Amino acid sequence: MDEDAKLLQQLLKKQKEGRLKPSDRYKIPPQAMPQQDGTERRDNVNEVALGFTETQARLEAMRCLQCRNAPCMQGCPVRIRIGDFIEAIAKGRYADALGIIKENSLLPAVCGRVCPQEVQCQETCTVGKKFKDVSKAVSIGRLERFVADRAAGPDAVPKVAPETGKKVAVIGSGPGGIVAASDTRRAGHAVTVFEAFHKPGGVMVYGIPEFRLPKAIVQKEIDVLEKMGVKIVCNFVVGRTRTIAQLMTQDGFDAVYIGVGAGLPRFMGIGGEQFVGVYSANEYLTRANLMKAYKFGAGADTPIAKSKKVAVIGGGNVAMDSARTAVRLGAEEVYLVYRRSEAEMPARVEEVHHAKEEGVRFHILRNPKRILGNEDGYVTAIECLKYKLGEPDESGRCRPIPIEGSEFTIDVDTVIIAIGNGANPLIGQTTPGLELNKWGNIVVDDNCKTSLEGVYAGGDIVLGAATVILAMGQGRIAAAAINEYLAAKK
Amino acid sequence: MAHKIVSKKQLAENVFTAEIEAPLVSRSRKPGQFVIVGISGEYSERIPLTIAGADAEKGTIRLIWQRVGKSTAEMADMKVGDAFEIVTGPLGRPTHIEKFGTVVCVGGGIGVAPLLPIANGMARVGNRIISILGARTKELLILEEDFAGISDELIIVTDDGSYKRKALVTEPLKEVCVREPKPDLVVAIGPAIMMKFCCEVTRQYSVPTQVSLNTIMVDGTGMCGGCRVEVDGKAKFVCVDGPEFDGHKVNFDLMIKRLSAYKGQEQAAREAYKKHKCKIGLDG
Repeated sequence: MDEDAKLLQQLLKKQKEGRLKPSDRYKIPPQAMPQQDGTERRDNVNEVALGFTETQARLEAMRCLQCRNAPCMQGCPVRIRIGDFIEAIAKGRYADALGIIKENSLLPAVCGRVCPQEVQCQETCTVGKKFKDVSKAVSIGRLERFVADRAAGPDAVPKVAPETGKKVAVIGSGPGGIVAASDTRRAGHAVTVFEAFHKPGGVMVYGIPEFRLPKAIVQKEIDVLEKMGVKIVCNFVVGRTRTIAQLMTQDGFDAVYIGVGAGLPRFMGIGGEQFVGVYSANEYLTRANLMKAYKFGAGADTPIAKSKKVAVIGGGNVAMDSARTAVRLGAEEVYLVYRRSEAEMPARVEEVHHAKEEGVRFHILRNPKRILGNEDGYVTAIECLKYKLGEPDESGRCRPIPIEGSEFTIDVDTVIIAIGNGANPLIGQTTPGLELNKWGNIVVDDNCKTSLEGVYAGGDIVLGAATVILAMGQGRIAAAAINEYLAAKK
Repeated sequence: MAHKIVSKKQLAENVFTAEIEAPLVSRSRKPGQFVIVGISGEYSERIPLTIAGADAEKGTIRLIWQRVGKSTAEMADMKVGDAFEIVTGPLGRPTHIEKFGTVVCVGGGIGVAPLLPIANGMARVGNRIISILGARTKELLILEEDFAGISDELIIVTDDGSYKRKALVTEPLKEVCVREPKPDLVVAIGPAIMMKFCCEVTRQYSVPTQVSLNTIMVDGTGMCGGCRVEVDGKAKFVCVDGPEFDGHKVNFDLMIKRLSAYKGQEQAAREAYKKHKCKIGLDG
């Protein structure tokens, strides 16, 4: 028996005898996530974090103090009963743990991997507070992932109520759409999910790379939906193939959930953005992920730039995903250019850490002023300005201030712009009467209801850029409202 | 849903047309719109193609494409009964059709295909249609008969003079622009370089000119921005803001450069596909 297993046995014994104290729990070392070696993974797209072993998971679970006021739960956007599921893991009751999570979150295998726990449940964790270090909080996300991977059996298909004869259209098959579809289907409505791409999953298949979220995990959730009787129609662009009005007046849908994501990449509006080799992160990631451009010439038909030197602009998760994808596509040098300091980066700490391990070089407090190119129209360099931090702005982060005369250039052949998305205009343009705010996002009330009867919306198209878990949360709220609306509707 | 090829033929050297089952698209499409097609869902490229026509009753759309890279070569090898896994659309904003008066429709090469439904639409609302069709050589000229049916005047030119008048489309365009009264609108669709020079001609005579751009795309719904062009100094997305733009405001030079982004890789893929086909031929 190895050391960890011995420790676990001792702790369990102590617990059985009623002698396990918080001080014992504090002594359990935070469990390190097993992961693929940094050099090795530069050459493959396989998942980086490999997941806890069973012993690790139970040890980590025993670090939880089972606080009565459950601050972790307050930090969770969908209020998962975190203490309870962790206790179940500590006891080795994984199926129970999964059941508890699924009361509030439909996609634990996804959220366990991509949620920014360090600013949600783990930020408020008492254990982390005790050590004054959020990285020493109980690894709630890793435990969620462990239990989702371990306990999901073939019998995990939720029960569906008797058919109501009502029809629900869900537009977009991302995290919000999946939850809205599942919850309305469970209430017995006939549900159709419309997806514009040829594969369902939304940002989880086109955006988030395989090495962070394997496609097979997303596909499994889609399979569950189909087993529940949800119809999934790909290659269908609502607003173009059929409008929302047509779906409701001619195709017999009684309610609609719009979860189309943000999906209109922002550019910087600086000179040179039209040069060949300048990508939006959406385009770069879609080519690499969904279209499998990493296999170009070896099966896949979608090309992507063969880059040597890449600059990624931005400091969020999408920027990290782009930089790490560029590494895997064979770039020799990958730079991440961010106009604030590392402390302000919106990316998850783990992603920043992984990017550095993989050799991505950070240029913080720098921002491009223009992109330079040659006469054939190809990118050759970016001209940057140095920045310093000023007073906090409305986002609460320190405002970046350019330092005059600090221009310098970095030679690159590819620039990936990862500075966020605006609202896609397609649904707004083709849906008269749908109220939008000045940024083009759909306006909803507390129940995710839009200005149109029977039409609900959630996720990025409402919130602007958000997270998988927030989109899921809105999908759930909207589904509850739809179920109520349809129950009342004759 | 599989989209079967109902009929298919070769129109010219490297130019093919097919009627494809796509009932929803056939019903909702309007002139000027396009679809994204892909042969298989797993590894295929997504290719934007303008809808050249549709039969809503039969539930089919008509596509015309040129064999350029591997994917279009593979499409050229497809047979009646074969199916596309991906046909998404109709995408893009429809052409603004109204009675302008005299509309000059200029089509070059494969651009004649997307021009046809627009010319049709313009004719139907009572515009006088002057069509100018151009091709490099006689064998490459397509849809002459279709245009003859709807045009009040049809001018055909070939670069090498192998058929009708030896000229570039810009020559007759200029002649039409100096007529009194001036035409009210020019619609020019063809290779980027042709559209650029058409716009230079019409700018001199202040004739409003609409162009339809076919840039590189991935999703076709505004999500990737790969299709962006500079219009009036600002970045516009061809897929959601276009595909039609005021030709006098389009930066064609930048667009032409962007179109060549993957030329090397495309050629290599095409060559590899040819070799692969030859091997299959030998084995068989």
